[in-house]
Amino acid sequence: MSGEAKASILEVRDLTVSFRTERGLVRAVDGVSLTLNEREILSVVGESGSGKTLTVLSVMGLVHSPNAIVEGSIRFRGRELIGLPDREMRRIRGGAIAMIFQNPMTALTPVYTIGHQIAEQVRAHRRFSRRAAWAHAVALLASVGIPNPSGAAHRFPHELSGGMRQRGVIAMALSCDPALLLADEPTTALDVTVQAQILDLIRKLRSEFGSSVILITHNMGVVAEIADRVAVMYAGRIVERAETRALFREPRHPYTLGLLGSIPPLEGERPRRLPAIPGVPPSPFAIPAGCPFAPRCRWSQAACAARPPLLAEEGHETACILSPEARAAARSELLAAPVGAT
Amino acid sequence: MFSFVVRRILHMLLVLVGISAMVFLIFFATPGADPAARIAGRNATPDTVAAVRKEFGLDKPLPVQYVLMMDHLLVTRDLTSFVNRGEKIVPEIEEAAPVTLSLVLGAAVIWVVFGVLVGVIAAAFKDTVIDRGLMVAGLIGVSIPVFWLGEVVNLLTQSRLHDTFLFSWVPALGYVPLRANPLGWFAALVLPWITLAVLYIGIYGRVLRANLIEALNEDYIRTARAKGLSDWQVLTRHALRCSLISFVTMFGLDFGALVGGGALLTEVVFGLQGVGALTYRALEDLDLPMIMATVIYASFFVVVSNASVDILYAAIDPRVRER
Repeated sequence: MSGEAKASILEVRDLTVSFRTERGLVRAVDGVSLTLNEREILSVVGESGSGKTLTVLSVMGLVHSPNAIVEGSIRFRGRELIGLPDREMRRIRGGAIAMIFQNPMTALTPVYTIGHQIAEQVRAHRRFSRRAAWAHAVALLASVGIPNPSGAAHRFPHELSGGMRQRGVIAMALSCDPALLLADEPTTALDVTVQAQILDLIRKLRSEFGSSVILITHNMGVVAEIADRVAVMYAGRIVERAETRALFREPRHPYTLGLLGSIPPLEGERPRRLPAIPGVPPSPFAIPAGCPFAPRCRWSQAACAARPPLLAEEGHETACILSPEARAAARSELLAAPVGAT
Repeated sequence: MFSFVVRRILHMLLVLVGISAMVFLIFFATPGADPAARIAGRNATPDTVAAVRKEFGLDKPLPVQYVLMMDHLLVTRDLTSFVNRGEKIVPEIEEAAPVTLSLVLGAAVIWVVFGVLVGVIAAAFKDTVIDRGLMVAGLIGVSIPVFWLGEVVNLLTQSRLHDTFLFSWVPALGYVPLRANPLGWFAALVLPWITLAVLYIGIYGRVLRANLIEALNEDYIRTARAKGLSDWQVLTRHALRCSLISFVTMFGLDFGALVGGGALLTEVVFGLQGVGALTYRALEDLDLPMIMATVIYASFFVVVSNASVDILYAAIDPRVRER
């Protein structure tokens, strides 16, 4: 793995999240392991239901359903988070680890001003007076680029635009200088110009505060722009993981190929139809025992009935049994031109 | 916020004038409802009816009649009963209103406090024995008829157990004015309060629990948890505030209706001479001025409490202020 010299801030080992349902136990996250280094931006991509959000919610200790079972190990700065008493988890949650949620329209409590909501978090973690917490909130709003921050702090969520709300949510997440920021599709609900500003903000967070970031997205453009490393998830498992540059230059898993192949090319002839991955993701009730992608994979073979391990090859991990030659052939077939490597 | 309050109050006045006009028209101008004949009594000669009509100004055009009636009701306050000639109506209501207000206000305090407690505790312990127990108790409270509960309370406290240490303090049925004897007022009313509140605790607790559980699934609750707040803080600061809308709505309607005479059954069972009892008697005797006055009095409280609720909304939820 690259960056071995750097200290790791988060180590997830064999994380499994399952739900008790009427139709039996369902595994939504299945044996996910990942390591995040200091000052690193890791992007987790995959389609809806692939378990990316549940993975970061587990890190936050926010898998709240009484029917959920979270197993495995999550170590944050060497400290085990799974099974940590709620009182101690609360101290970390919102303090050292903060989270930005997907939909800024509904992520803020409608009946409190944005300043109040930020100050509330500050006061939950720091011994600040009301006045100091409010001043801190205003300063945070200014630092995320909200014009007239002292006025905006008095505004209610419904009085702000989507972009402003997301900035408010980000200001809130940053309020206690988190060492680890978990961002769950922070730009999905926003228009493109605002997206770029939010990404700048996340980058600035790393450069100014030295935070590490896990960024969940299904937008490959965002990944290429901001991530150091990428983990691709499918049906609750990580199927491929590599440095961003390597992943875009040489995607190896047929699912990653499919994801990248479905991005319209910027140059050359415009395809009449964008290639799509055939079939639908497996229902969580019926995930294949072997490779979960096999039923949709053009190159599946008998050996795919056994679960492929996530094997590293020069720091590029893939859970697929295809030989390097077969992958190269698949790549040239699916991707006419290499997709814009950063 | 200020302009919202002013607008709401103007709106309220308009509604009150409208209601008074409508009530007047229904009782005095519907075909067949000849008030002069009612006042004159049975077997009155046409001459007598005509005299009465002149005396009460009932031969004037309707708008004038309306103004005269409102003048008697609100300004000179000398509107008299048709049934018991000479009995002034406004003082009757003024005497009955404090009884009803005392009864309903006390019950309202009890049912709001316990309704919120039941709702919050049930939601906090959702799907546990505590939750189920509270909801079953709430359902029982909703199902018990208030007159039956009141009679059982009376049976126990006035008769069967009255001589034990438990209920020897319970005074005889009836009202004790607050100014004359605050302690007596409290002792006389505390059982009626509880009796009246039981039903509403059940309803309010159940509704609040449902709203809280719905609110707890909202995205902003996850944000609040992610901030590091405790479950209790999330529940009381974030979920509860957003769940109070239907609670407050129901309160406005119920409170207004009860003060307006809806607590009739409780009043009768506990021998309280309130507005409900007054209305009941007026209806029995078809005492038109009394009915009209009590209806206007009732509508006044319904409208005022609804306006207060709207203003309260704006205080609870900033999104309402801009409408």
